[in-house]
Amino acid sequence: MTTTKPAPPVRGGRAAETLLHNPALGPLGALLVAVIVFALTTSTFLTVDNLSLVVQQSLVIATLALGQTLIVLTGGIDLANAAIMVLGTMLFARLVTEGTTPLLALLAGFAVCALLGAVSGGLVTWLNLPPFIVTLGMLTVVLAIGRLYSQGNSWPVTDNFLGVLGEGGYLFGQVKVTHGMTLVIVMFAITWYALTKTAWGKHVYALGNDPEAARLTGIHVGRTRFSVYLIAGVIYAFAAWQALGRIPNADPNAFQTGNLDSITAVVIGGTSLFGGRGSVIGTVVGALIVAVLRSGLTQAGIDSLYQDVATGVLVIAAVAFDQLARRRSR
Amino acid sequence: MTTPALQARGLVKRYGRVTAIDGADFDLYAGEVLAVVGDNGAGKSSLIKALSGALVPDAGIVLLDGKETRFHSPLEARQAGIETVHQTLALAPAMDIATNLFLGRELRRSGPAGSVFRLLDRREMRQQAQRQLDALGIETVQHIGQIVETLSGGQRQAVAVARAAMFGSRLVIMDEPTAALGVKESKLVLDLIRRIRDRGLPVVLISHDMPQVFEIADRIHVHRLGRRAAVVSPADASMSQVVSLMTGALQPGDEGAPSNLVG
Repeated sequence: MTTTKPAPPVRGGRAAETLLHNPALGPLGALLVAVIVFALTTSTFLTVDNLSLVVQQSLVIATLALGQTLIVLTGGIDLANAAIMVLGTMLFARLVTEGTTPLLALLAGFAVCALLGAVSGGLVTWLNLPPFIVTLGMLTVVLAIGRLYSQGNSWPVTDNFLGVLGEGGYLFGQVKVTHGMTLVIVMFAITWYALTKTAWGKHVYALGNDPEAARLTGIHVGRTRFSVYLIAGVIYAFAAWQALGRIPNADPNAFQTGNLDSITAVVIGGTSLFGGRGSVIGTVVGALIVAVLRSGLTQAGIDSLYQDVATGVLVIAAVAFDQLARRRSR
Repeated sequence: MTTPALQARGLVKRYGRVTAIDGADFDLYAGEVLAVVGDNGAGKSSLIKALSGALVPDAGIVLLDGKETRFHSPLEARQAGIETVHQTLALAPAMDIATNLFLGRELRRSGPAGSVFRLLDRREMRQQAQRQLDALGIETVQHIGQIVETLSGGQRQAVAVARAAMFGSRLVIMDEPTAALGVKESKLVLDLIRRIRDRGLPVVLISHDMPQVFEIADRIHVHRLGRRAAVVSPADASMSQVVSLMTGALQPGDEGAPSNLVG
């Protein structure tokens, strides 16, 4: 191989290649632009209180989107994540209301969420069913279970332990960093580490890239795929805990579009729906972009329906960019 | 004669009424490139699958360095030192060269960083990968961190071959390594195959390309109707004779047939 010319550079030049290899850069730029625009056009956006609120509003979706990112990286999708989370909140709240100790209720909720993740993962992995269909079925089933279990009520939470993620925190000057924020940062950091610094992470990307190639290189494709859904289930339980920290009330009808919102954050964050490309850092940015748009457009006095329009346009733009980048790399 | 590096006797594999391997024999010796040729449907790929663990034969034995072995999965064959370069290459396009070379066989840091925190030793893997590419004379890739999908077809093939040479301790099997390549790139892959052989690894080359087979093979295994029809030397046989053996127009032992190297 001494005489072949180097492969032609990616068409579109260095900028396109840099973006292709650092898919979080584009979204990060978009986030900065949005923040600057709202800072200049409104007087209320760039305040400590408002920014803190923006972050707190994005915590639950960001956590859901973290699990979603793992699944999307394998080439899958999870439509049931918010339903699993809502069932988790119901379990926490009702068990505690009925006298279970909060820690035990928390453990029970985590176990059930993990189990539901495992059910999705098992069906996808060992029955070879498409993730879209499996999680669509799970969505319907888990929603119904949540409503049955709620007995048609919402269950308020008065327990301090269950609400600690929203209530508790540290003060840095006038900025309050809630335990929920800390938890999200820690969870994203751990997941980032696992995805980029361990063999497991390489295998997740490889199987999303090309499952057959991954199998041929000796990766335990089934085991890895299953582990992703199981871990996502546990992450959804954390999302449930976060949700009770935000609003101390377990409502079976809450977060009805949570699954789509999490997919929105993942896609805007630059993770490819075709699997194998993306990062959890992009997902944080994606979740923040959605929250910033909501808040900024509200401060600017723009009808909330236009916020949805803006989010929708962003999703399509992100996917279009992903397609373009992938085509260029061929 | 010396013990073959890999040997098979009387392999049989049936799928319902179809017999894919019908009592096939196989011999690969140390330090040679053995080409396996045969018409479509002759059962070449079934034979190769049986040798690389992707398929478990119904009958017959496989011997590795004279010792009988039985592979139940490609992983077992790999652990025994048999590496296969698949026609599809089995590379992850969005990942870099070093990551692809070590995919499924990553190296972890020593100490608690590796054992407890499962931290990969990226630097060590990159250095080893670079050494491997240098040793095989693969110099056109710009750097070891280059993403595989930015490589040309020949370069990708080279990465897949380098991986096989890196981990194959006994032999390397290559399935149509030049089928998707242009003339110039094919030549480079053939050079690579020679270099691997010269480093002491025997190579099994499945190919449709007769001129290429005659250029590189030390011996040619002709497969027909699920079994070995003949093994001939490229010095002794012509291309048309080998094609005739493949199609059955010529039988070993016929007048005008090249001498069969096996009984």
